[in-house]
Amino acid sequence: MQTRREMLHHSAAVAALLAGTGLLPTAAQAAWNKSAFEAKTLAECVKALGGGVPAESKDVSVTGPDIAENGAVVPVGCASTAPGVKRLLLLVEKNPSVLAAVFDVTDSVDANFNTRVKMGQSSNVYAVALMNDGRALYAVKEIKVTLGGCGG
Amino acid sequence: MKTASLCAGLLALAGMALAGPLAAQTKSAADGIAEYRAMLADGNPAELFEARGQELWKTKRGPKNADMSQCDLGKGPGVVKGAFVELPRWFADTQKVQDLESRLLTCMTTLQGIEAKAVTEERFGRGEQRHMEGLVAWISAESRGMKMNLPQSHAQEKLSYEIGKRAFFYRGGTHDFSCASCHSAEGQRIRLQDLPNLTKNPGDGVGFAAWPAYRVSSGELWGMQRRLNDCFRQQRFPYPGYASDVTIALGTYMGVNAKGAASIAPSIKR
Amino acid sequence: MADPMRIRAQVAGDKATVRVLMSHEMETGLRRDGAGALIPAWFIQEVSAAHNGKTVLNAQWGPSVAKNPFMQFSVRGAKAGDKITVMWKDNKGDSRTDEATVS
Repeated sequence: MQTRREMLHHSAAVAALLAGTGLLPTAAQAAWNKSAFEAKTLAECVKALGGGVPAESKDVSVTGPDIAENGAVVPVGCASTAPGVKRLLLLVEKNPSVLAAVFDVTDSVDANFNTRVKMGQSSNVYAVALMNDGRALYAVKEIKVTLGGCGG
Repeated sequence: MKTASLCAGLLALAGMALAGPLAAQTKSAADGIAEYRAMLADGNPAELFEARGQELWKTKRGPKNADMSQCDLGKGPGVVKGAFVELPRWFADTQKVQDLESRLLTCMTTLQGIEAKAVTEERFGRGEQRHMEGLVAWISAESRGMKMNLPQSHAQEKLSYEIGKRAFFYRGGTHDFSCASCHSAEGQRIRLQDLPNLTKNPGDGVGFAAWPAYRVSSGELWGMQRRLNDCFRQQRFPYPGYASDVTIALGTYMGVNAKGAASIAPSIKR
Repeated sequence: MADPMRIRAQVAGDKATVRVLMSHEMETGLRRDGAGALIPAWFIQEVSAAHNGKTVLNAQWGPSVAKNPFMQFSVRGAKAGDKITVMWKDNKGDSRTDEATVS
């Protein structure tokens, strides 16, 4: 017969094991979505995040330079003017890791985020808005990447 | 006669029409790069190195457990503001013309007791070189916006300039390159990189006035020593010694030529 | 302990524009070192930000984010003197929290 202390210790150990598998319901902060970050296409990624079939929309914008002098650092931005945006995503189509970032939109921030990605080659960059009603809207822009100087 | 001139006219028009879109294409690529650079200007990761350097200056280190507050960069012990734009210059205590990194090396060895080899033989981006990167980032930042104003009053400073000039034009290595091969004329370019003319003042924030810089391609802060080291590599020259006389002389040559150019160091580069 | 972030938070109308520079390798796990061995993946996975203690941003990042990452966002209703806190956590479990005051 386990003592109360032993039982608590045991359930803590089990909880720790379960947490490692990502099967426990997550608390306020979402655990890292491995399947979304391993997705190889826009559709696959959006599906892993629970969104519908992605549709191009003027309510979403992706910003960035037309040409990057070096693919190591490319400034990009994702934004949406539509109401009811739950999340904004940034994807680099030709990268081995297609999904670059997921931003949760709350009432306290603008649905507008900027960051910098690395791009292995010229590629389409997508900004995707995952809406509260399940829709997935996107905008796309091609960013060319060059290799400058004497070969880097 | 009329047909000939008509043909010539048509050809000329065709020539202009062809040149039009081509010119537009080249222009937009250069504009595109300028736009890219502008987008990165805010939030230069060099700031992370500046923060490190600022801390390091005040940190007691080395066998002598001393900080750098007594380090004389040319304007008196501990004076950092404005020092960057007056280097290289001659120093009485070492009886040498020294650039920023060689001067920091002097301070690190004499004030802190750090072994010179720990700096000069370390790979860029590692160990003591990493500390050097932080220091040059912060020290150059403290002169941001100030104009290059290297002294040329001491005989050694003038000599350093002349040696630098000879070194700049010296052709050697397997490809017979010199610094001048790339950097002695207007409007030269390698792929999309404009090559500044370093035989004169190339303008604010260009050339000597733009280094140290955060190099996005390697994600590292490059001091002038590393920049020169890489130039030597690209010319297929043997690597120069770290803070060697020839590198200091080249710095003197470029820095004096850039007199009046506003420094933007540490800047951001591809 | 990782290097501190550089956080700038500036009032812009009824919001504050927050710009963050983080010091991190953001290693993809696909590169090889001089000896040919794979350099292990090491990158920031979670980012969050708070305004006066209240969480306003949660983000998940992958290795496609650039080295020494930069991030910019706007916090609604932030005023001069308010506190902005930013936290990141990487795939090795290392984390960093830094704070700035809105100016």
